[in-house]
Amino acid sequence: MTAATVTSQEKSFLSRITDRWIVKLSILIIVIIWIVPTLGVLVSSFRPAAQVNTNGWWTVFTNLGANEWTLDNYSNVLTSEGFGNAFLNSLAVTIPATVIPITIAAFAAYAFAWMDFPGRQWIFITVVALLVIPLQMALIPLLQLYTTFGLNGTFPAIWLAHTGFGLPLAIYLLRNYIGSLPSSLMESAEIDGATHFEIFTKLVVPLSVPVLASFAIFQFLWVWNDLLVALVFLGGEPDVRVVTLALRDLNGSRGSQWHLLTAGAFVTMALPLAVFLTLQRYFVRGLTAGSVKG
Amino acid sequence: MSATGTELSEQPTPQGSPPERERSGFTTNLLRVGVSLVVPVLAALGLYWSGIVLLNEDSNRAVVVLAALVVGVLGVFGLYYGMDWLVNKLPDHVRDKVRPFAFVGPAVVVLGVFLLYPTINTFFLSFRDSDGEGFVGLDNFVNLFTEGDALLALRNSFLWVLVVPLLSVVIGLGFAVLADRLGRKGEAFSKTFIFMPMAISFVGASIVWRFIYNFRPEGFGEQIGLLNGILQAVGTEPVAWLLLEPWNNFFLMIILVWLQTGFAMVILSAAIKSVPEDIIEAARIDGASEFQVFLKVVIPSISSSIVVVATTVIITVWKVFDIVFVMTGGLFDTTVVAEKMVTEFFTFRNSGNGAALAVVLLVAIIPLMIANVRRFREQEATR
Repeated sequence: MTAATVTSQEKSFLSRITDRWIVKLSILIIVIIWIVPTLGVLVSSFRPAAQVNTNGWWTVFTNLGANEWTLDNYSNVLTSEGFGNAFLNSLAVTIPATVIPITIAAFAAYAFAWMDFPGRQWIFITVVALLVIPLQMALIPLLQLYTTFGLNGTFPAIWLAHTGFGLPLAIYLLRNYIGSLPSSLMESAEIDGATHFEIFTKLVVPLSVPVLASFAIFQFLWVWNDLLVALVFLGGEPDVRVVTLALRDLNGSRGSQWHLLTAGAFVTMALPLAVFLTLQRYFVRGLTAGSVKG
Repeated sequence: MSATGTELSEQPTPQGSPPERERSGFTTNLLRVGVSLVVPVLAALGLYWSGIVLLNEDSNRAVVVLAALVVGVLGVFGLYYGMDWLVNKLPDHVRDKVRPFAFVGPAVVVLGVFLLYPTINTFFLSFRDSDGEGFVGLDNFVNLFTEGDALLALRNSFLWVLVVPLLSVVIGLGFAVLADRLGRKGEAFSKTFIFMPMAISFVGASIVWRFIYNFRPEGFGEQIGLLNGILQAVGTEPVAWLLLEPWNNFFLMIILVWLQTGFAMVILSAAIKSVPEDIIEAARIDGASEFQVFLKVVIPSISSSIVVVATTVIITVWKVFDIVFVMTGGLFDTTVVAEKMVTEFFTFRNSGNGAALAVVLLVAIIPLMIANVRRFREQEATR
């Protein structure tokens, strides 16, 4: 009896060790497969042009001593290929396209949650219904509208488009969160003579920071990484072109110059990756909520 | 008589004078509409003006970014502040009736102009010809389901919808289960690498993978793409991956799998951790092997999370445009619905076909979105 238990324990101990090694090995293999594509681009972006285009990037690991490294690709891409400007344009597009929808949505969410007005229910239901609409449905008429008003190819055009596409999700998320704040808080503030505007700015906004941050990160990454909306409403003129479009153009014009393409790709990816690595927790929450973005 | 009438109407209780009440109701409504419109209109004018200023500012891009920041952050908030100040100037009895509309009005106007109006318009355009002029009935849709290129886009989109969610869920789930057996630090560390591609744009990812698939015909130098590099090392002839029909579709799908697996893994990993330990223990005591536990206990308990992940990935797949656009431009039989929609409208200037494809996209996505929104609401309700 006891001997049998001991052997079965020994067996499970042994198999547990091999199990653990199999687990570790499989994880290692998957992780390697997942990072090798990015690693190849990162390594190549620091290699001299002549080498990038004549032998594989993996050869740097076989002749470790003889490698040359350079920042020329980055300086080329940032200046003569226009990625420096594009980076700033991306900021000029992304920051307002994040802040404007959040502001508009927060005010509306507060009204839906804590103010009484005719049509409150059905207006909110309409907003939720708009969640299901893919933005492709809005592209053609909106472009025609912009062309009529001469807004096409300007920053405000893309700010407003992103605002419209992001609002349903923003209102919906914020309404859920702001509505769940304790009503005793609002009542006591009202008794103290605070107006709705004061309650909103001094009480509700500070309390809603977590949900505001989640949505802000989601929207920021969404706008920064977007190609379609920028392509349609902003276009490829060098003075307004964003990084995703710059990368697309570089791919079209210098599709075989991998020293430039890899550096350009990294310039495009740098900020979202930094946001991801520093704010991973909010990032995950935002992405989960983003499952209902149209 | 008329003197008493006016006297009555000036009394605080308004029951006696329905016409007077209607009039004040009308002005209240007018004010409500006005307040709703003022912020967006002022904002539009402000943005328009600042946009022109920003465009003229060629010299210093940093100034442009700063100006955009000021307009975005302070401008919009300032407008709400000004609106509230105006509402406070109103007489007592209308003030509280108008105020909610200063809060909710701008959102309603923006949604109306930038989402509701275009959506309805797209429906109408889908029944019109290429210029959006003449009514053509269902012709655009008939073309879609009979013409070779559009049919190809539909076929490819269906393939994407089958393959990408399946692979993302299977790999994501597998990795979540494996990582669950590591220590806490090792788990978090290894998961970061799988999740990281989520931060990368579709365009960026396309460049990353074009490098992997890079092809040089034999005799044109060493292979610099990883896959052909491996083939070269093995001594096989290089393959032009992106021209290899119909497999090139699959090679494009891999890119999206690479991007989406992290999402699947994070959601499913959280679900696995919430499966009660005692159910799993009970199954083990009953003599179930680890694999049986996973198949018969864990999978059924997380099935709702699997559905959430799958529907979310399917929605993303239907809308995928960038990957095909950058990798092949829809050539070599790789076109998909969302990419075809953009080419129809912007390259061929055919708004009828473009709109019809957008409607197809909407019809494909709506049931999934409704399911997602519903589940999201249930989840929020139980939180």
